[in-house]
Amino acid sequence: MSEPILEIENLTKVFAGGFKALDSVDLKISKGEIFALLGPNGAGKTTLIGAVCGLVRPTSGTIRAFGDDLSGNWRSARARIGLVPQELSTDMFEPVRRAVAFSRGLFGRPSDPARIEEILKSLSLWDKRDEQIRRLSGGMKRRVLIAKALAHDPELLFLDEPTAGVDVELRRDMWRLIGRLRDQGVTVILTTHYIEEAEEMADRVGIIRGGKLLMVDDKQSMMARLGRTEAHITLAAPLAELPPEIARFPVHLDSTGLDLCYRGGDGTGLGKKEVADLTKALTRANIDYVGIEISDSTLEDIFVGLVEEPS
Amino acid sequence: MIGFNMRAAWAIYVREVMRAMRTAMQSLLAPVLTTSLYFIVFGAAIGGRMDSVGGVNYGAFIVPGLLLLTLLSESTSNASFGIYMPRFTGTIYELLSAPVGVAETLAGFVGAAVTKSLILASIILLTATLFVDYRIEHPILAIGYIMMVASAFSLFGFILGIWADNFEKLSVVPLLFLMPLTFLGGTFYSIDMLPDPWRSIALVNPIVYLVNGLRWTFYGASDVNIWLSFGITLGFLAACVAVIAFIFKTGWRLRT
Ligand SMILES: Nc1ncnc2c1ncn2[C@@H]1O[C@H](COP(=O)(O)OP(=O)(O)OP(=O)(O)O)[C@@H](O)[C@H]1O
Ligand SMILES: [Mg+2]
Repeated sequence: MSEPILEIENLTKVFAGGFKALDSVDLKISKGEIFALLGPNGAGKTTLIGAVCGLVRPTSGTIRAFGDDLSGNWRSARARIGLVPQELSTDMFEPVRRAVAFSRGLFGRPSDPARIEEILKSLSLWDKRDEQIRRLSGGMKRRVLIAKALAHDPELLFLDEPTAGVDVELRRDMWRLIGRLRDQGVTVILTTHYIEEAEEMADRVGIIRGGKLLMVDDKQSMMARLGRTEAHITLAAPLAELPPEIARFPVHLDSTGLDLCYRGGDGTGLGKKEVADLTKALTRANIDYVGIEISDSTLEDIFVGLVEEPS
Repeated sequence: MIGFNMRAAWAIYVREVMRAMRTAMQSLLAPVLTTSLYFIVFGAAIGGRMDSVGGVNYGAFIVPGLLLLTLLSESTSNASFGIYMPRFTGTIYELLSAPVGVAETLAGFVGAAVTKSLILASIILLTATLFVDYRIEHPILAIGYIMMVASAFSLFGFILGIWADNFEKLSVVPLLFLMPLTFLGGTFYSIDMLPDPWRSIALVNPIVYLVNGLRWTFYGASDVNIWLSFGITLGFLAACVAVIAFIFKTGWRLRT
């Protein structure tokens, strides 16, 4: 692993009303990686981002960005961090270009019209540069928020649900943009409810629920650890009980005795091989079957399984 | 990179001043119109039948008080709206996530509010020449004092804008506290005109000292000790700065 750009240790946030939105979160993000924070509504994703970006005051724990403890030396770190918030909050009466140039100044960078132009063009906002933000569509407003976050060329970028409520095209644009940022070496932390997005973009995925980071891993290992293959073999004649020939497999019969269900493997191919072995064993035992249905669980299934567990 | 983020302060300042330009009608014309009405009613109409106060013609006597009345309410409301609106719309996230501290925020927001107040003050003083004859004995001190009062009440407005969690609270303080105190603070009269229990009570009103401080820079005369006036103005300014520093340190009403 390369050097950490963000280190969160034992971060807890208890809101004024006593609600614990973050519970001892530990997280290390390496430079240049794309990290997806996955979790249901109210899991604490926005709160976690807010704690790093200075919107939320941690109750306890430490956050270091670029090696600096944020409770002390926040200035230099914040100048290198960008944030695209979840809510569409923009200065409605400002024209697009001025709003984006303002953000650059706010983060202490010298004005650079050429850079602003480049950013606006990359987000297809150049045609709208002199339009007041309130006249833009929702998707366009989101692009403006992204442009504002990119205006100071951050090295660490937070995207809080960048694709919530955007159309397919903008979502694809967003993925392309994240790809470009990755090429430029920008570290991206994004939150999402969409698994496909995490699968598509992220190097690593963190699953959060009820303020607890349940698991953090790269996609492949997560699949290997939690992935399962499921197979349903429809038998030609019902069985009363499992024959000893196949007892070594992780299988069970349903109540009709017609459906033999296999659940096992590790998400990396072991399951398929075992199902193949299982069918051969059935043939050897002279048990006839008329259909096989086989499926691998996706990150989605893993996610749903994890977040639906009662806490 | 510890220090002052000059570019951020400038960016905020420019944006806030531009915002005022967009609403020039509301932020400049309205107060000028109101003040002109005061001059017509109190200065020209009533003032014509009044004796001079402390050797100053009544119409001229009320100029500093009226200027202060406008300065206080406009500085307060400009600065309070300036910081309340981003909190209300949520755009404050950007300010909070930026490498911007209390110094840059104040320089930007309060600097812009002071600028607007100074422009307003100049326009009002020019307008006043249409209705009454007045002079300014200590013009440099007058400008300095106006700047000081504008800064103090812009800071006060800033606090108000952070404290308020709805529009009502935003207007209630200027309306229920600032306006009455200013009217009772010797804007239209010398507190020497008041009979005794009221005179002593009036001396508790801090606005009395502000009005008299400004009036002294105009006519060289004051109902109260001029050093006390300057001291109270400076003290108020310092208190506001301290409160704001505390707000930023604790994140009160800014960070959850
Ligand atoms: N200012 C606040 N005061 C009290 N509770 C809060 C505050 N902000 C958030 N919460 C609570 O903290 C929890 C986590 O909220 P958060 O916004 O971090 O969730 P999230 O994972 O971003 O959800 P979503 O996917 O809906 O955006 C929620 O239960 C929310 O109600
Ligand atoms: Mg959220």
